[in-house]
Amino acid sequence: MKTIMTDVLVIGGGLAGLRAAIGAKRRGHRVLILSLVPPKRSHSAAAQGGMQASLANVIRGQGDSEDVHFEDTVRGSDWGADQIVARMFVNTAPKAVRELAAWGTPWSRVRRGEHNVVINGEKVTLTERDEAHGLIAQRDFGGTKKWRTCHVSDGTGHAMLFTVSDQVIKHDIEVLERTEALALIHDGERCYGAVVRDLVSGEIFTCMAKATIIATGGAGRLYRVTTNAVICEGMGHALALETGIAPLGNMEAVQFHPTGIFPAGILVTEGCRGDGGLLRDVDGHRFMPDYEPEKKELASRDVVSRRMEGHIRSGRGVPSRFGEHLWLDITLLGKHHIEYNLREVKEICETFLGIDPARHWIPVRPAQHYTMGGVRTDYTGESPWLKGLFAAGEAACWDLHGFNRLGGNSVAETVVAGMIVGEFIADFCDDPANTVAQPLTLAAEFARREKSSLEELLRHPGKENAFQLCAEMQEIMTRCVGIFRNADGLQEGVFHLQRLLQKSRDIGITGKSGGSNPELVAAYRVRRMLKLAITIAQGAYQRTESRGAHFREDFPQRNDRSWLKRTLAFWPVDPEATLPRLDYEALDVKSMELPPGWRGYGAKDYINHPDTEERQFEIEQIKNRFQMDGKDRFALQEALMPYTGRLPEILRGKNERLDEPLENT
Amino acid sequence: MSHRQITLQILRYNPQDAASKPCLQSYTLEKADGMTLFIALNEIREQQDPTLQFDFVCRAGICGSCAMMVNGRPRLACRTLISDLPKKIILAPLPFFELIGDLSVNTGKWMRGMSKHLQTWLHSQEESPDLNRIEERMEPEEAEAVYEMDRCIECGCCVAACGTAQMRQDFVGAVGLGKIARFRLDPRDTRADGDFYELIGDDSGVFGCMSLLACHDVCPKSLPLKSQIAFLRRKMAQTSIRQE
Repeated sequence: MKTIMTDVLVIGGGLAGLRAAIGAKRRGHRVLILSLVPPKRSHSAAAQGGMQASLANVIRGQGDSEDVHFEDTVRGSDWGADQIVARMFVNTAPKAVRELAAWGTPWSRVRRGEHNVVINGEKVTLTERDEAHGLIAQRDFGGTKKWRTCHVSDGTGHAMLFTVSDQVIKHDIEVLERTEALALIHDGERCYGAVVRDLVSGEIFTCMAKATIIATGGAGRLYRVTTNAVICEGMGHALALETGIAPLGNMEAVQFHPTGIFPAGILVTEGCRGDGGLLRDVDGHRFMPDYEPEKKELASRDVVSRRMEGHIRSGRGVPSRFGEHLWLDITLLGKHHIEYNLREVKEICETFLGIDPARHWIPVRPAQHYTMGGVRTDYTGESPWLKGLFAAGEAACWDLHGFNRLGGNSVAETVVAGMIVGEFIADFCDDPANTVAQPLTLAAEFARREKSSLEELLRHPGKENAFQLCAEMQEIMTRCVGIFRNADGLQEGVFHLQRLLQKSRDIGITGKSGGSNPELVAAYRVRRMLKLAITIAQGAYQRTESRGAHFREDFPQRNDRSWLKRTLAFWPVDPEATLPRLDYEALDVKSMELPPGWRGYGAKDYINHPDTEERQFEIEQIKNRFQMDGKDRFALQEALMPYTGRLPEILRGKNERLDEPLENT
Repeated sequence: MSHRQITLQILRYNPQDAASKPCLQSYTLEKADGMTLFIALNEIREQQDPTLQFDFVCRAGICGSCAMMVNGRPRLACRTLISDLPKKIILAPLPFFELIGDLSVNTGKWMRGMSKHLQTWLHSQEESPDLNRIEERMEPEEAEAVYEMDRCIECGCCVAACGTAQMRQDFVGAVGLGKIARFRLDPRDTRADGDFYELIGDDSGVFGCMSLLACHDVCPKSLPLKSQIAFLRRKMAQTSIRQE
């Protein structure tokens, strides 16, 4: 059997994996990337609206800083985020945008002088500063205090992915396209690489590395209606879960995007609402101000999605032959704006709906969009349970997003995590203690196990159909583990999913080819997807509170007293197991820079953590003292929650802005 | 046959399998509202023939995975509505590219080779800029013009439709020329026309183009290939005269 040796094995060819690969390669390590598809076809390309970074170039972004971005991110997460990680992220995001600019991403730029925009349904004239002319522009997005979303028209992810992917080619980093990791090779303490399958020839081989990084994106295809690409099946999540050692964090935290086009679920960007688009109901009534008078259409995603589904339940949905939906109205933005700033949206509407969005309203309904949960890691991206195993991007839970990700923070996270984790991986590989003899016998044993499991699948005269099981799973997830959850539905969901998992042990395959065999692939993947689906449903069932995107009708309050903690899911090694073991990891309020409080939506109705009051008081005192002493925001931040020392040294610098010039050093 | 029924004839061949012979295979299915080739092909695979090979990723027209010949014309299958096609539908893999099986071709491998050959990344003097500093300025119109060409999704439709590519395996295609045009437009790229001439100043590059320009007609992203290639050819011709 073939064995490939490398220093760093990157599983996943999207933005996070590619950027981490470049980091490790530049530090002199051998890097190998595995990708299901050519990297430029990764789901990163689907990010439309933009990436958050507090550059503060546009007039509506003036006054923006890491501090404001940090607060928006933590509030958006409903205090589920790791605040140290959030700080590392907001400090690195401007550097990531600027690095991409230097590598060639054609960011949309600020034009000096007056321009018309639509804000809250009204035409408003803004005047951009002369000194900002030609710098990277920002647009408005939901859940943010400032205009912070840097963008390339509405093809941001595509432009970023092509830039980074071409850098990978420039750096001569090898990519094995159309390959899939089937299992991690490990001895219970240390990860040594992965067993890999060539999706064209069917060949099984092993890749052995000092460091292995999972950067496989999300798991949207567990649901029937999702904006995710068909390859987003959570196979990276499953790699970690199936070790039985490395847990997944917060898998019940699943984001639904307000504007999937109906019924296909294809995304139209939040930029539509950021640029002034409105949501309307069956009567053409703009309903969001009734529920959220302050933020309206630009409330956080979880809030808007919930309001939309609630509005449909109240009988105000638009009936159609596929079911009910609502309208997204961008006609008021005008033809020119749509053609230049929302051209992907225009193409999608023309092709899939046969409408011109400059003249017609777009039928939309919330669709699964983002997997906040992932391979639980520390701030370096490494799993504390399995040495040498790293994760980054959507597949990871390090944990930037908590229970709800802010729009524009996902592509930002991919490159930022790539930059940060790439450096930590390089450090890891530099450390002589981590150069261990590669256990070839162990690797061969893992490979044999995968091989015989596939042979068994091909041979077994089972009566279940993999495609059918997958469709049933997606139906259950959409029905029972969606936007509104309750104990009865979740219990029913877990029960049915467990039955499907048992059935999946009896899959029969008609085409016996061991090579490129779509049915075989569907069969081994659905078994893994079912484990993830059960993990999500069970986590949601046990979490008897509402936080961010996880909403329990029977427990509508956020409960910091009992639930300010992260779910950790371990899958038992017992092959008959149908439930994960769930464990919980408490968040430490006493060390938070921003203790839990009101997010700014609905009633101030949550159950406080016993430490919150004390920490709030402590912070007020420090703030007062620093104000009296005339200390700047950096000194205050450092006193509240020191984090700079955690960043790789090259990413610790302060970020320059027009209003915050750097001293020349 | 009811009026809701459609028939897809698909060119099947698995080069991995020594026993496989190329043949057209017919599948009949019920037409549904809003049905795209993405939906139809998946339905066939899930209900009639689990061995059928094809590629989809985003199913939204942005990733470029699913280009195939639809009634003789290269198109993105995910964006093709059944209702826009005649009753008889014939699907075949893109020509020119290495065949993986049935409708699946290896565009990824070819595109990477092209990118490497043409060095489709920004060449700048500043190898590692100070990321803490304010970014370099760029005129908004210049950024828009670069993005116009940067929208290419490397689907391979232009190459599949190209007369030159039929005859020259080493032709870089409209996709390659479009990328050179993109970097040439980018004020941040330090390469001069002489440098670009080194990359595309021969028959495998811009002088291989016979101006049939099917590429322009089939590009699913409506890139202005016609004007960009013509402009590039003029610039490269001028460069060649200056060099002589």
